[in-house]
Amino acid sequence: MEFYRSHVLVCGGTGCTSSGSQTLIDEFEKCLKEANLDKEVKVVRTGCFGLCALGPIVIVYPEGAFYSMVKKEDVKEIVDEHLIKGRIVKRLLYHDTVEAGTDNVKSLNQVDFYKKQMRIALRNCGVIDPENIEEYIAMDGYTALAKVLTEMTPEQVIDELKRSGLRGRGGGGFPTGLKWEFAKNAPGDKKYVACNADEGDPGAFMDRSILEGDPHSVIEAMAIAGYTIGADQGYIYIRAEYPIAVKRLRIAIEQAREYGLLGKNIFGTGFNFDLDIRLGAGAFVCGEETALITSIEGHRGEPRPRPPFPAVKGLFGKPTLLNNVETYANITTIINRGADWFASIGTEKSKGTKVFALGGKITNTGLVEIPMGTTLREIVEEIGGGIPNGKKFKAAQTGGPSGGCIPAELIDVPIDYDSLTSIGSMMGSGGLIIMDEDNCMVDIAKFFLEFTVDESCGKCTPCRIGTKRLYELLEKITEGKGTLEDIDRIEKLCLSIKQGSLCGLGQTAPNPVLSTLRYFKDEYIAHVVDKKCPAGVCKALSNYEIIPEKCRGCGICAKNCPVGAISGQVKNPYHIDTEKCIKCGVCMTKCPFKAIVK
Amino acid sequence: MKSISELQKIREKVLSEVNLRQDRQDGIRIVVGMATCGIAAGARPVMQEFISEISKRNLLNVKVIQTGCIGMCRLEPIVEVYVPGQEKVTYVKMTPDKVARIVSEHIVNGKVVDEYTVGAQS
Repeated sequence: MEFYRSHVLVCGGTGCTSSGSQTLIDEFEKCLKEANLDKEVKVVRTGCFGLCALGPIVIVYPEGAFYSMVKKEDVKEIVDEHLIKGRIVKRLLYHDTVEAGTDNVKSLNQVDFYKKQMRIALRNCGVIDPENIEEYIAMDGYTALAKVLTEMTPEQVIDELKRSGLRGRGGGGFPTGLKWEFAKNAPGDKKYVACNADEGDPGAFMDRSILEGDPHSVIEAMAIAGYTIGADQGYIYIRAEYPIAVKRLRIAIEQAREYGLLGKNIFGTGFNFDLDIRLGAGAFVCGEETALITSIEGHRGEPRPRPPFPAVKGLFGKPTLLNNVETYANITTIINRGADWFASIGTEKSKGTKVFALGGKITNTGLVEIPMGTTLREIVEEIGGGIPNGKKFKAAQTGGPSGGCIPAELIDVPIDYDSLTSIGSMMGSGGLIIMDEDNCMVDIAKFFLEFTVDESCGKCTPCRIGTKRLYELLEKITEGKGTLEDIDRIEKLCLSIKQGSLCGLGQTAPNPVLSTLRYFKDEYIAHVVDKKCPAGVCKALSNYEIIPEKCRGCGICAKNCPVGAISGQVKNPYHIDTEKCIKCGVCMTKCPFKAIVK
Repeated sequence: MKSISELQKIREKVLSEVNLRQDRQDGIRIVVGMATCGIAAGARPVMQEFISEISKRNLLNVKVIQTGCIGMCRLEPIVEVYVPGQEKVTYVKMTPDKVARIVSEHIVNGKVVDEYTVGAQS
């Protein structure tokens, strides 16, 4: 192995790749060659660093210089200044890594975004090259599998997981040790291990990032699962819309086979295990376990009633252990560092950490991993860097279309499975969308419901027709045609959908509506009674007006109005014809005197 | 993979490389002055020699870092060695053939090579 004095780590996650990190890698390699440094400096493409808002991100070690929003033109400067002369290019550093008022560069662990984070599932993301199995091995990779195969019985593995308190990270929060025990004790000569990588929540991308940044952590954990329950075959069900993750997973499986870490007689113990990938077409319902299993079997992805649970009768009618990507990513660390260590992190009933995809109206959009029990305030104000443009925090939506919202007054609630459920939200797979005062809660509920209407598989009536009718009622309200009886009808319909639906998709579909109704009923009433949208989002309810005292009569609004709804004489206040107005808002953005209001 | 010792071997081989990416403050730092003056006086071959010497001996806790002008341009190439808890040692007028001795005596065995230091040479 060559010794390189410096490593240039370029983020190769989906976010940074789409903002051009591949051209940076090419440019680095070109410039390094020109400077004759290609034998001294190594360029590594890694997984996601988490701070996606500032991509593409480049970290140069050993200094640990964190460069953000790097452009192709900047590469030569980094090579000339930093790599040849050892002078860090301060203007490209992430502003938070430079101590205020001085020139000192802080360690990454001191930066607000990373300070409160604790990386277990994401431990190798942004550190290793995901396409090189040896780097994973160097970070203690496959030692957990070796330990399990040579020193532990399946019962001991299950006991370790139970004591660790790990719960399913896909959303349900079912105790993982218990699930493994059910699958192990289910009678059957053939069993399967499966991984749910069909991450469907809009806004959630932690599973994708784990597979892109550290695919071997999932492969190793699935092999451990195979040994524990007595399976020799595993399937990873991943959506075809994740091409980078699929590609890296394929490379990783290939390399694991090459090194004899998958296949026959692993570590000479006689244990056989192999993995295959199954691509999904990107249907939300296929994240539901029975639909996922049906889809792997080659049928149309539709759920079936439970019981029998997959642990008893799953893939091809055989006992099947199905876990989510992030759950698997925690397993090897638990085996290596012990259940007691893992159980010391988090709250009483929720142990360990959880990865959240932070999105919406927040400064540091990206991926964060926090210990359970961290408050929403810490996530929003410290890690997330607050709400941009000086706006006020209004609510956070967790769990995507199956979850609910957390209003501003509950911002100090600790994030764990049970406290989120108790306030009518849920952990979900970890999408965390932050909303400010410009978001209309009725509109948000409508948005998520539109998603479930589209994604309902149509097998059962409450979900197929119920969500559609519910959507229509919300549409009526946002158009200003709703009545108070409609709100009662919505509540009733939500309950029927929840009780009558076959699978998790329908049972949780009304959650966004119910939780916004619970915390923001006044907004619904404002839409229905006052015919006003307090946030000014619902177009049918907002009227644009010109304040005569502020209008100088410049006429810019009239010139820009696409439908000719504004009229007036120069130097006199103009007027908007509300009949003609299509509420596009162009006039308001164009007015130099801020004389137009909603 | 037939045995755990095979896994261990790969792990040790690659660790020295990946280790560079840990935010660790406890290792020995070898800082080479690489401003125009240093480069002109021949700092690059010196640094390359350090790199190859360190990889030969598989020293995990040593980092080779470049820096700008140290100030005594007439004594370039200058190399400063920081061992945690000790005062820094400055070697001046370095050449590639002095490197092996510094690594074996100072870096590995903790004995400063007095005759190469700024005190002896200036």
